[in-house]
Amino acid sequence: MKVQRPVSAPARCLHCGLPAPAPTEPEAPTFCCSGCRSVYEAIHGAGLDRFYELPWTREAASPAQPSQHRYEEFDDESFLAQHAEGLAGGRLSVELYLEGLHCASCIWLLERVPQVLPGVQSVRIHMGRRVAQIAWDPNTVRLSEIARTLDRFGYPVHPHNSLEAARAQTLENRQHLARVGLAGALAGNVMLLAFALYGGAFSGIAERYENLLRGTSLVLTLIAVAGPGRVFFRGAWSSWKLKRLHMDVPVAIALSLGTGWGAWLTLRGHGEVYFESITAVIFLLLIGRWLQFHQQKRASEAVELTRALIPRRARRWNGSDWETVPHTALRLGDRLQVLAQESLPCDGEVLEGHSSLDASRLSGESRPVPVGPGDPVFAGTVNLGSTLELRAEAVGSDSRLAGLMRLVEEGARNKPRRVLWADRLAHRFVFGVLLLAAATLGLWLWRDPSRAVDQTIALLIVTCPCALGLATPLAYQAAIAAAARAGLLIKDPDALERVHPGGLCLLDKTGTMTHGRMTLAHWWGSEDARSAVLALERDVEHSIARALVEGLSEPGASAQAKDVQAQLGRGIQGTIDGHVWRVGSPRWLVQANSARPAWWDAAWATLEAEGLSPVVVERDGALVALAALGDSLAEDTPDAIRELRSMGWEIEMWTGDSVGVAQAIGQAAGLPAEAIHAEQQPEEKLARIQAAQPERRVLMVGDGVNDAAALAAADCGVAAHGGAEASLEAADACLLRPGLRSLIVLLRGSQRIEHVVKRNAAASLFYNGIGAWGAIAGWIQPWMAAILMPLSSLTVITLSFRSHTFDAPETHAERKP
Amino acid sequence: MDILFVAIPIALLVAGFFVAAFLWGVRSGQWDDVDTPPMRMLLEDETETKNRADKDKNAP
Repeated sequence: MKVQRPVSAPARCLHCGLPAPAPTEPEAPTFCCSGCRSVYEAIHGAGLDRFYELPWTREAASPAQPSQHRYEEFDDESFLAQHAEGLAGGRLSVELYLEGLHCASCIWLLERVPQVLPGVQSVRIHMGRRVAQIAWDPNTVRLSEIARTLDRFGYPVHPHNSLEAARAQTLENRQHLARVGLAGALAGNVMLLAFALYGGAFSGIAERYENLLRGTSLVLTLIAVAGPGRVFFRGAWSSWKLKRLHMDVPVAIALSLGTGWGAWLTLRGHGEVYFESITAVIFLLLIGRWLQFHQQKRASEAVELTRALIPRRARRWNGSDWETVPHTALRLGDRLQVLAQESLPCDGEVLEGHSSLDASRLSGESRPVPVGPGDPVFAGTVNLGSTLELRAEAVGSDSRLAGLMRLVEEGARNKPRRVLWADRLAHRFVFGVLLLAAATLGLWLWRDPSRAVDQTIALLIVTCPCALGLATPLAYQAAIAAAARAGLLIKDPDALERVHPGGLCLLDKTGTMTHGRMTLAHWWGSEDARSAVLALERDVEHSIARALVEGLSEPGASAQAKDVQAQLGRGIQGTIDGHVWRVGSPRWLVQANSARPAWWDAAWATLEAEGLSPVVVERDGALVALAALGDSLAEDTPDAIRELRSMGWEIEMWTGDSVGVAQAIGQAAGLPAEAIHAEQQPEEKLARIQAAQPERRVLMVGDGVNDAAALAAADCGVAAHGGAEASLEAADACLLRPGLRSLIVLLRGSQRIEHVVKRNAAASLFYNGIGAWGAIAGWIQPWMAAILMPLSSLTVITLSFRSHTFDAPETHAERKP
Repeated sequence: MDILFVAIPIALLVAGFFVAAFLWGVRSGQWDDVDTPPMRMLLEDETETKNRADKDKNAP
């Protein structure tokens, strides 16, 4: 892919390829946001520009979000003792969880870190687990430095806290694989021997050869039943103890009776044996189990990941100096210092300093919250402005953030257990098979007692639910792969079934219905004011400046500003063509006696009503322009809401933001006023969901830590693009692309999955039905069973992978030309 | 056809050897991550010439 673009093309971000504001100079690099700019500079600076030439780089590109976290806590003795392992030669090894990993190019980039950073021995990426395994020499480089490098490349890292669980999972996967492999080999060899026996049955075979072939088959079958097949007996035993019919019950009965009776017939030297079917059943059912194991939702790491929001170190006043202490050492009443861009380590009260805090992840409030002495502040919020001093008032598990995490656990625990269709079917199926077996035995005892056992065993074997056992896992497996291509990550496939048929849909506002960042909503003022703002704000790294430049940018504007001075916390000032221009906060620029244009009061009222943040433009002391900034509605939200309604969902918006903002956004999205709930706490969202759940299915879409509890409790929780780690962990599915368009794709796809599952089940029941009929009527032969069995499984496999469950959305908001 | 009495055990021994090899592969973790190696293979192919010099440089 070429990095150089023709000049006439619309500006695109050099890092992620999304639309970007027009460059100020023709040849200057363009970026959609400062995140992408800093990542590009880091990659470029490391000499890894080849990253942008790799064919995969643009495929799943999204704006980079380096966290600029300092990761100092990674160097603590206690951290290393808990997470790192010693290697030979004094080196250490650690596993870190990566955000933002999406394609082969990421692997290329990250595994080249050892070339850039001396002392790093190796970086190995595990794409499936989103983990980087890092080996380094602690005498040469610190882990925090490695983490910062990964972060600068656009992959924020988190400690991987469930090392034990991950190990156990790896071991279990190996066990599954070993079983499938062994069972497959045995089934294949028994099948080969069976071919020889069938040949003999048609064209005649000497008895000693027949005995040899049967004896060998028997030995292999015994190995299969006693080895990999043991799991079915274990399953049947626990089903017996729990007094609940399970698929394993008829399987265990068929395996034991089929093998036992087959062994007896082999020793006697005549009769029909079903060894090839028995081993094929074991093999196919184990494949189904293995698929299911992969699809199971993993135990949530949400709690540990969210603790990453709280810094592990804090700066405490010890009476004469600031000292750095671990966050566990904090006590009530401690005096703490928090620098700009740091997260707060605990809840408390501001003692000194004025700043603004980003609480969006905690409360959903999109605007930075200004704080000063006496104001309460909360752990996990980020200090955006200048240094603050605060007194600790709630530390550790007493903090509001820790409370939120307890809420997530409670939400997950109380998630309603709806009985899945496949489970209901399995229950009926098992009951039916046992009934049929009894009927067959009775029928043949009456008609021809000498064949009664033969026919009953034939029935049990031909009705073994191998296609049925594959039906659901295969349908889900195919759908999960299709969903990934369409930009959806499905973590709990069962949740897809829980979203039928419609119900209550709760949408979060910030980042779900809106872009989740500041954009220019309104602009009142003249053309020269527009170019003056551009000239002043062009090179300023600030979310407000970026929003202004993005919103006002147009080709050709090229005013030059002189004497530019940034006024911390107020705005910026400069001289253009002899006029003094100031752009900044109303508190700085608007005085009671300022000269203002005629439209000013009306504009101000609009801005207040919509809950937008004002930016004032002044020329030579006179107010000339007013910009209103806010987190604006994403372009595809109204359409998505209409479609959700047509699918039978009642929609409500629940946000922690203020009433004005919520009403403006909600109404623009086409929601009635009574469906808009503003200033809601996470507890209230959770309560709403749990109150609705007895009667209705609840779908929750959100992105913040404040939504995590609701996501965990809803029948189907969907984390919106760019969501906080906690929400991604708590959710059942994640949208990997911006906009609610993907949500519609998810819901439509889940309807189609249901059809596929049902079609699969119907196909496998059809084959089972033929087999059962043959066994009851007495014409079934071992070779027929041996053909029916793989044929039904093949049908199910074909049906699963030929179905189009998820189609990639054709357009989505961010990629519009 | 009495050769069958020899051929079948030999065939099973050969099969057993491959099953054992597979189980050894599983136990030693060669199947733990099946997503990344296919991608990595593409990358190394493409950057091989370019990185050979770097690798020599980084070799301990």
